[in-house]
Amino acid sequence: MKLLEFQGKELFTEYDIAIPKSYLAKNQSELNQFADKLEFPVVLKSQLTVGGRGKAGAILKCMSKEDLVPKFAELLNKEVNGELPKIILIEEAVDIDKELYLSLFLNRGKRTYSLISSGQGGMDIEYVENKVIQDISISGLTQAIAESIAKNLGLSGVTADSFSNIVIKLAKLVRENEAELAEINPLAILRDGTCLALDAKIIIDDNSIFRHPELRKYIQISELQEQAEKSGFSFVELEGNIAIIGNGAGLVMSTLDIVNDAGGKPGAFLDFGGRATTETIYKALEVISKLSKIKAILVNLFGGIVRTDLVAQAILDAYKDGMISVPIYARISGAESDKAKQMLSNSNAKLYDTVEEAITSLVQYIGRSK
Amino acid sequence: MSKKFDIFDILVGKPEDPDYGNKPVIIQGITGNFGSVHTRLMREYGTNIVAGVTPNKGGQSFEGIPVFDSVKDASKNFNVRISGIFVPAQFFLAAVKDAVNSGIKLLVAIPEHVPIRDAMEALDYAQTNGARILGPNTPGVIVPKINKIGIMPSQPFIKGNTAVFSRSGTLMYEVSFHLSKAGIGQRIALGIGGDPINGTNLIEAFDLISDRDEVDSVVVVGEIGGDAEESLVEYIEKTGFNIPVVAYVAGRSAPKEKRMGHAGAIIYGNYGSAESKISSFSRVNITVAKRPAEIPSILKKLMK
Repeated sequence: MKLLEFQGKELFTEYDIAIPKSYLAKNQSELNQFADKLEFPVVLKSQLTVGGRGKAGAILKCMSKEDLVPKFAELLNKEVNGELPKIILIEEAVDIDKELYLSLFLNRGKRTYSLISSGQGGMDIEYVENKVIQDISISGLTQAIAESIAKNLGLSGVTADSFSNIVIKLAKLVRENEAELAEINPLAILRDGTCLALDAKIIIDDNSIFRHPELRKYIQISELQEQAEKSGFSFVELEGNIAIIGNGAGLVMSTLDIVNDAGGKPGAFLDFGGRATTETIYKALEVISKLSKIKAILVNLFGGIVRTDLVAQAILDAYKDGMISVPIYARISGAESDKAKQMLSNSNAKLYDTVEEAITSLVQYIGRSK
Repeated sequence: MSKKFDIFDILVGKPEDPDYGNKPVIIQGITGNFGSVHTRLMREYGTNIVAGVTPNKGGQSFEGIPVFDSVKDASKNFNVRISGIFVPAQFFLAAVKDAVNSGIKLLVAIPEHVPIRDAMEALDYAQTNGARILGPNTPGVIVPKINKIGIMPSQPFIKGNTAVFSRSGTLMYEVSFHLSKAGIGQRIALGIGGDPINGTNLIEAFDLISDRDEVDSVVVVGEIGGDAEESLVEYIEKTGFNIPVVAYVAGRSAPKEKRMGHAGAIIYGNYGSAESKISSFSRVNITVAKRPAEIPSILKKLMK
């Protein structure tokens, strides 16, 4: 779960990591409530889960109150990578001496946490220069280690103290909230030498949320996604018009790639995992039926864990109940697959022995129906 | 790491062992929905399941298999080195500690949704005590014709000399199915697991077969997320690993910053992207198949 910037900054405040003076507004009337109190210049920041908002012009500086209303309206209507903001963060600008980079992340390959720091922050991590990556233990990050990181960055005096305090607090935040990533980029050094977090990027381990009821308020998923997750499947909406359903994340991803190679445009990824029953597959089709852009459904099933005849029954039920009308192209192999094929022989679902054949027919169908 | 972990010795044993090819296995979570179904299937395949564990059900039995409250209790009656863990994710860490404390050396960790913190603690605990975890979120491991510990169907696998290592469960079955259909059997098929943290990563999987003369080729099934494939390529370069390898990477068309089903399948920037992995493999001349169905023909060409 990736937190929005302002949510990450709420956590920073909880952990006593300094952030700029800020306000939040969902609409014009909320903005009006504090507009008179603002000290200009201010920075308006669109709150989005997708990256790249700086380049997309979704962060705007506002020099005066006259500027505020039009720029606020501009941001609310600015889509970045298909996402519109639900809320805008308004921060009073600060005088900055220098920008640093600091992050703590789960280093998957090394199976430990790593800390990245650099004396040059503000750009995407891939472009940050002179970065130092070191393995740390988030439960054993001592004052001495934090101070040595500050020293390596050439910091001294008030700044070194402020920086090393933030390192310790960030490790505590990561540990206590079971974060996979906590990034402050940039971490500003102010004129008085203290450090302040200008941005916040925090990703929480989804599988640990059950231990953190206080973080549940940050979950932001679409209704459809929520419905899918409640039924126990993974669902990702994509931009095209072909829904791809299967058992197993890797298999569905692989199917997505083959569809793409064949010129098809995937519109939904749905993995119903290994514990599917007639009911869960019916629910999967129900999720898909709510996406009006979907023109055809591709089912790629490797049986064995899941009984394929149960899938066939769910497809029959979904047609019978009028829930779906688009054709289904299916490749079903494994346990009970002969029975499944027989069950579907008189339906709007077409069965193929290989996924390649199913995809070829499906893509031809989409081409004809244009 | 000092002594090399010998998974074949644990799973199969040596010809002089009285239980050669019939090594005893414990199933933790044997009476659960998933555990019970797969205990039956594993037994049908020939896995020698001698005991099960479900807390508070000690003294009962499951289809003739005695059930104990803990691995500790079970180990008083049986000398077992292999455990299949089928407990719910929130009990995973406790299950690992119980198993490791009782002398289990290979823990096959099936549960999905184990918190990263618990997985890391479990791995530390196992490593400190000389035990090895497969997974979590793995379909398990199969040595065709000998035994399987996990949830994989049996039909796709036939005995042979190829090793299949896969980050995805269903793709492990799919790829093995295509291999078997083309007459290429498997010496071992092993699921790395779909989580960000794996008890046995791709490099360690390669280490398991690097000195096995009978293994004549490897198929590695990767996917987006992390840098396991990139690290594997460095390992292959460094060790001069020289039997034929064919790779496959799922998720070429996956969008960035979206979790694609597996907790570990997510791209940040270029980190974890399919292009990064494919270009790594290509750099050391490892062919990357575009579709699972292509893998057997690519492999056959390399084996000529």
